[in-house]
Amino acid sequence: MEYEAVIGMEVHVEINTHSKIFCACSTAFNAPANTNVCPICLGMPGVLPVLNREMVNKSVAAGLALNCTISRWSKMDRKNYFYPDMAKNYQISQYDLPLCYKGRLDIEVDGQVKSIGITRAHMEEDTARNTHTLGGGISGVDFNRSGVPLLEIVTEPDLRSAQDAYAYLTTLKQILQYLDVSDCNMEEGSLRAEANISVHPKGSKEFGTKTEVKNVASFSGVAKAIEFEIARQIEVLESGGKISQETRGWDANRGITFSQRSKESAHDYRYFPEPDLMPIVVDEAWEQRIRKSLPELPLAKKRRFKEQYGLSDYDATVLTSTRAMADYLEAAVQAGADAKKAANWIMGDLQALLTDAKQEIQECKVPPAGLAEMIQLIESGTISGKIGKDVLVEMFASGKGPKAIVEEKGLVQITDEGALVAIVRKVLADNPQQVEQFKAGKDRVIGFLVGQVMKASRGKANPEKVNEILRKELSA
Amino acid sequence: MAAWHEKTAHEISSAVRGKQVSAVEVATSFLDRIAAVDGNVDAYTQVWPEYALAQAQAVDAKIARGEDPGILSGAPIGIKEVICTEQGYTTCSSKILEGYQSPYDATIIKKLAAAGAVFLGKLNMDEFAMGSSTENSAIKTTKNPWNLKCVPGGSSGGSAAAVSADMCTISLGSDTGGSIRQPACLCGCVGVKPTYGRVSRFGLVAFASSLDQIGPFSKDVEDAALALNVLCGKDPMDATSADLPVPDFTQALTGDIKGLRLGMPKQCFTEALGAEMREKVMAAIEVLKKQGAEVVEVSLPALDYALAVYYIICTAEASANLARFDGVRYGFRHPEAKDVREMYVKTKSAAFGPEVQRRIMLGTYVLSSGYYDAYYLKAQKVRRLIKEDFDRAFTQCDAIVTPTSPTPAFEFGSKTADPLEMYLSDIYTIATNLATLPGLSLPCGLCASGLPAGVQFMTKPFDESTLLRVAHCYEKNSGITLGKPPIA
Ligand SMILES: [Zn+2]
Repeated sequence: MEYEAVIGMEVHVEINTHSKIFCACSTAFNAPANTNVCPICLGMPGVLPVLNREMVNKSVAAGLALNCTISRWSKMDRKNYFYPDMAKNYQISQYDLPLCYKGRLDIEVDGQVKSIGITRAHMEEDTARNTHTLGGGISGVDFNRSGVPLLEIVTEPDLRSAQDAYAYLTTLKQILQYLDVSDCNMEEGSLRAEANISVHPKGSKEFGTKTEVKNVASFSGVAKAIEFEIARQIEVLESGGKISQETRGWDANRGITFSQRSKESAHDYRYFPEPDLMPIVVDEAWEQRIRKSLPELPLAKKRRFKEQYGLSDYDATVLTSTRAMADYLEAAVQAGADAKKAANWIMGDLQALLTDAKQEIQECKVPPAGLAEMIQLIESGTISGKIGKDVLVEMFASGKGPKAIVEEKGLVQITDEGALVAIVRKVLADNPQQVEQFKAGKDRVIGFLVGQVMKASRGKANPEKVNEILRKELSA
Repeated sequence: MAAWHEKTAHEISSAVRGKQVSAVEVATSFLDRIAAVDGNVDAYTQVWPEYALAQAQAVDAKIARGEDPGILSGAPIGIKEVICTEQGYTTCSSKILEGYQSPYDATIIKKLAAAGAVFLGKLNMDEFAMGSSTENSAIKTTKNPWNLKCVPGGSSGGSAAAVSADMCTISLGSDTGGSIRQPACLCGCVGVKPTYGRVSRFGLVAFASSLDQIGPFSKDVEDAALALNVLCGKDPMDATSADLPVPDFTQALTGDIKGLRLGMPKQCFTEALGAEMREKVMAAIEVLKKQGAEVVEVSLPALDYALAVYYIICTAEASANLARFDGVRYGFRHPEAKDVREMYVKTKSAAFGPEVQRRIMLGTYVLSSGYYDAYYLKAQKVRRLIKEDFDRAFTQCDAIVTPTSPTPAFEFGSKTADPLEMYLSDIYTIATNLATLPGLSLPCGLCASGLPAGVQFMTKPFDESTLLRVAHCYEKNSGITLGKPPIA
């Protein structure tokens, strides 16, 4: 029998506000344990939460980018359960009235666009972290993360494969980073993804029993876990077994999922409206203000890059993969560079330098205007393209401007006819054998001779001119 | 001349500011009074003599420098155990917070200190403010100064008894369903529950977040107005506090209530009301009529459901609010637990008293999946009906008058066997909290037993000015003085 997988994703992203969702503590990652804490995020007696307005702004921005409807009126709720990482033994979250709902995110898989339904995106606070590595039979709790703002984004069961899930996660991350609402760094825990997976016979209307896969450390890990889980479920069904509804973990080393918790032990969270907070009222004006402040999103930018700059689909995709990259290109164009040439330099030499140095484009010492200037030096014939490559390396290393480097190192291209003729004649005199060969009809020996001239001029000769003069001299 | 501990805060403050007496002298008078009579009353759970004198000295020093320490200059104040103070302990009269020291002061503590108040110590209460007699305290049993065999009311029993017995000039209580007004009635003092949102709850250990409100106990209405001037106002640390201007409440004490429409809800004057209490309250209404108030009958049909609604909402919120007392970060932790689950169970079983456990279980039940709609959701709907009843009534009247408590103070143990009987002590006060209104109780005479009776007024939300104006007018014209309770 042919099976089809049905997958829904739940993604928790940390919203990158400066302070926590309900108190003034810093959200900085990696601070020493229990230093970013106060009575509020420690759940001391008598404290009250106050909702961080920036959290609402950023969450609405994310919701709008995900084509969600923004609730005019929503509220926070208490989710009750006992665990030592819970300061209050309830988590302030949103239950039946999420801030954002009914959205959609378009993803591209194998050149095909799929529209993934977004059920909801709601705000909540993160919990603390328990550690069991202190020894002496003691467990510790670090409350630095307690109260860090999270947006939980839930999809409809619209994904059908591990590739779909991977594309969804990368597209979501790209958008959230574009909006500057989250770092989406899985290693630092600022993005956590859970997949709900079931399989059913292809064409069947009914969904199979689903399992939930949690605690996966990377996007590719999520894809692998989904692939494994689909295969496992099919195997269970094929051998006449039944899927049990449960939460499963992912063992990255062994490449398998394993049962963690069965549905029977699921909690009754006893949600009820949080009485310490007022309802969240996002009126039309507030929503419009945020909508107007939204940056151009990746898909729109890509379309515009193709139209406005005549870039290929591939180039436009690469150059809009991050907002920083796209901004870099546009800044170079603004500074006078030809878009296609700038694109080639960014995707080629500059990207290679960045990869080697393990740098992001926004950290790099070459400003977009510097790149534009360097390109103009080539255009105007001041330096050759080959010299340009060396100049860029120097710019990248030292942060100096291209003109300064060219002058300092005497890299200005030799275009003076007389000077070039002199060099050519010397090269011809030094290489009688190759001259003979050329005259005997071996045309491709010209390449060798051009190389010799370039070498003699230490790369500064204009290659086109050299070619021209060489042919003239040889036929003389 | 009366001793300083018998005086009101406005008398003390003006004498201290006028350099007729030092704040230290005043504080000493109160500390001596506590030493003399609290052995009988047991209102205080902690007394802070050194701290109080140091604060008093600071007030005197400011005056010596020509500065004004504020409108409560040198006024000695007692604080309910449920309000967080860096000084001393904040135990909520519970074993689970035994020895707990708050790392911060409640917003109102900072405000009072900035107004020149001197804190004497902390006052006993029912554990986590759950009760109507202060018999649920895990620390001690507070007695009614008017009859030491009787309860002071609750949950702010210590706060009421301390003002009544001259052991502080003003005290702070919290009122979730009557916890200020009922003990004020039973102990013969003035008690105000401000509008929900009027006073910051930051630093008030939560019992039921949508109902709790801090308010003052005082010897007269003027002191209540003075205290509210300090306590009220928006607090950025409390999202539910109202961003509304706070008038000078002492300006409302005009003595003039001509043309004021006073509503009498017929549902509050049934057989459930004891004959003596009815007589006292009716007499109080007559006094106000004579002063020009027009009495109109109003109807609050949903009031019959108030008690049921209250015990669903307050227990639901309490079940979550009290979940944090788990022995993980602070307070009592049972020493014999083998794992986390056992630590929770043993800690809570050993350190919460029976009434607190009962309410946590009730609250957990009404929020449970399958019961939420039938209990919690329905209660919220009826709460809205109660609020609408009041809204309607306030189109016909400016203030509502009712008894505060169906009976005067009762004897220890007389209601502890039957929780429902005890819950009925708050029958006239809980609707005020459900409807988020301000309410005030003040004495209206002594019963034949020698115990105080009280009358309650309520007004529209944020109309404390009218509330105080009516109460003040009654106080000035009733011709009633309770005198002093027969202790020491
Ligand atoms: Zn904090």
